[in-house]
Amino acid sequence: MSKGGQNMTYVNYSAQPLDDERPLPLPPPIIPEVGFSPAQWGMLSFLVSEVAFFSTLIVVYLSFLGADRSGPTPSILSVPLVIGTTLCLLASSATVHLATKSQNLGKGEDFLKWWSATIVLGIIFLAGTAYEWRELIVVHHLTISRNLFGSTYYTLVGFHALHVSVGVIVMLTVLGMTLSQLLTSASKAAVELVSWYWHFVDCVWLVVFAVVYVAGR
Amino acid sequence: MSIIEQEREVIQKQESPQSTPVLDAWLTTVDHKKIGVLYIVMAVVFLVIGGCEALIIRLQLMYPRSTLVQPDTFNGLFTMHGTTMVFFVGMPILIGIGNYLVPLMIGARDMAFPRLNAFGFWATLFGGLLVYFSFVAGGAPTIGWFAYAPLTERTFSRGSATDFWALGLLVSGVGTLTAGINFIASILGMRSPGMTLRKIPFFAWTMLWTSVLLLFAMPPLTASLVMVLLDRNLGTHFFDVQNGGSAVLWQHLFWFFGHPEVYILILPVFGMISEIIPVFSRKVLFGYEFMAAATAAIAFISMGVWAHHMFTIGMSRVLDLYFAVASLLVSIPTGIKLFNWLATMYGGRIYLASPMLFAIGFLSMFVIGGLTGIMLAIVPFDFQLTDSYFVVGHFHWVLIGGTLFGTFAGIHYWYPKVTGRMLSERIAAWQFWLLYIGFILTFGPMHVAGMLGMPRRIYTYEPGMGWELWNQLSTVGAIIQAPSFVLFVYNLIASAWWGKPAGDNPWNAWTLEWATTSPPPVYNFETLPIVHSRRPLWDLAHPDDPDWKYE
Repeated sequence: MSKGGQNMTYVNYSAQPLDDERPLPLPPPIIPEVGFSPAQWGMLSFLVSEVAFFSTLIVVYLSFLGADRSGPTPSILSVPLVIGTTLCLLASSATVHLATKSQNLGKGEDFLKWWSATIVLGIIFLAGTAYEWRELIVVHHLTISRNLFGSTYYTLVGFHALHVSVGVIVMLTVLGMTLSQLLTSASKAAVELVSWYWHFVDCVWLVVFAVVYVAGR
Repeated sequence: MSIIEQEREVIQKQESPQSTPVLDAWLTTVDHKKIGVLYIVMAVVFLVIGGCEALIIRLQLMYPRSTLVQPDTFNGLFTMHGTTMVFFVGMPILIGIGNYLVPLMIGARDMAFPRLNAFGFWATLFGGLLVYFSFVAGGAPTIGWFAYAPLTERTFSRGSATDFWALGLLVSGVGTLTAGINFIASILGMRSPGMTLRKIPFFAWTMLWTSVLLLFAMPPLTASLVMVLLDRNLGTHFFDVQNGGSAVLWQHLFWFFGHPEVYILILPVFGMISEIIPVFSRKVLFGYEFMAAATAAIAFISMGVWAHHMFTIGMSRVLDLYFAVASLLVSIPTGIKLFNWLATMYGGRIYLASPMLFAIGFLSMFVIGGLTGIMLAIVPFDFQLTDSYFVVGHFHWVLIGGTLFGTFAGIHYWYPKVTGRMLSERIAAWQFWLLYIGFILTFGPMHVAGMLGMPRRIYTYEPGMGWELWNQLSTVGAIIQAPSFVLFVYNLIASAWWGKPAGDNPWNAWTLEWATTSPPPVYNFETLPIVHSRRPLWDLAHPDDPDWKYE
């Protein structure tokens, strides 16, 4: 067991340089790494986990598509209404982008304007969903326990709406903090991350729209 | 050096006044080291509970037609044993060790999100308590740890036990997910200057990939548990087969989580073994790059093999073939790892202290568990032996021979860092040999019983099936194992007071956690270390022959 690797030539744990005159080797300079901040990595990995979450719900939705022998089917879904709410959500992605952009440029008033617009668009989307669900429940008698379509539809769309609601609440919190001047320069980085989350919720909706309202009908 | 030491002592004295009560400090802590210890303590407590459940199972199966426990109790016992060991022992203990070590290893002062970290722990603990609350609320769930549908539906599980089970796993799953996010953010965003991704300690690398698996595996489990809860409480029909729901869908969803989960339980252990074997062989890790790539490969492949748990449900031949081949593929990167560990040991000056003892125990046992895994990946073989005791023998061989031995190696290795004192080597040796012999005696005969046709999860069996001897050997093995866990817990507690003082670096190791004091101060390092190679402490000790010249 005595044949060691190249580093095994001696076991000397003192930090003293050896006696000979050779200068100690100098390590190469450290090149600072440019990349995401920890908070950005955190948000990114959270969003990746959300992709896995919604993928599961979408796979389940698709696997039960057309499996019902009784009750309403996806053909009862009202597409014009949903195109309207989809446009709202798409527009909100643009406004949140403009909001963070104006924040980065230091234009506080523009930030407030675009940020509030995003919140309003999010609320319109939620109101649209609420109206749509009311129609489905009252007119078409589609509840979550009616059939497989009801179970999968309300679970998928409901979890998306839950994410929109969380986004709206967080954005309202940011708005309140900005108005009462509680927002520090450190929390401005967090505002950027809220916009990432919002873009993500928007992207998920596009997939849900394509799956449920376009391909699934 | 000595000036730095003095300064360090001064700083510690200023920091040390204990104005807050001890309990308060632990309950409200956001320090990654304390949270890590909390995770480990929680896991050890659940390990003892889950071990007692296993012991009752073994006693019941010692003789045919035994009436020690009722059939329903038996179902509850194996459900809780499996659930406990996977969710409240395996994952928390690895996440706890990771929590303690990752910031120290990458030269950071804490995890990226300390409060989220605390949340993760408390959610995990709360989830565990919620699952165990079912005992109070009318009896344990009797659905098996993978809870196949439609057994989880109201029709078949009428009490609230299954709801507590699903809620508990959901809550603890969210906690585990936040831990994964925290690890990724810390490892990718908070490494000390100079520590590029190619220079991070191997344990940190495996924790990174474990966390990636957590990101992809936990949310589908969360979604599936939500569906179980909706089925039971709001009348949805996901897994309700009478109304068009699908029992097979649950199996797909559960194993899409369940198989990566197996690698979540083993990748961190690979990392610990890759830290320990070089230190106790006095050589660098052989083939670091290959080991790193193999880790990533295992993580990727593990997400595409889930249906090898489901060969007997009647998939198409194409799918059977795909999942068999994909499962066999895992053996390539795993084999690379095994041979690299052996190559690291080859020609090294092996020092058989307790961590190395457990590491060698890991190597010898894990390879056997891997080989029975290859047997089970062969579809016709699996047709014969699925749901038999052969499978039980196989996965215990991997989880105890792999995860548990490796985790014990890690705990024996880093305990001096955490407490500042050495574990008793004598007790550790007793613990090792009792566990090693008891483990082989418990789970070896299960393979035979399985091949003789004994199905898993039966509460008793008829005499004359030829299973008595093998079951009795297993039970004797379990009885031999039991004192090793008692010794382990005793050693953990007693050595914290009476162990030999450890010093900063008792094993002459090379990674950053050994550069600070034992136990480390709250802030870990007084100045953030600068790193030039994979073995920063070697560079520090040998400025004339540093590692960065060779990497």
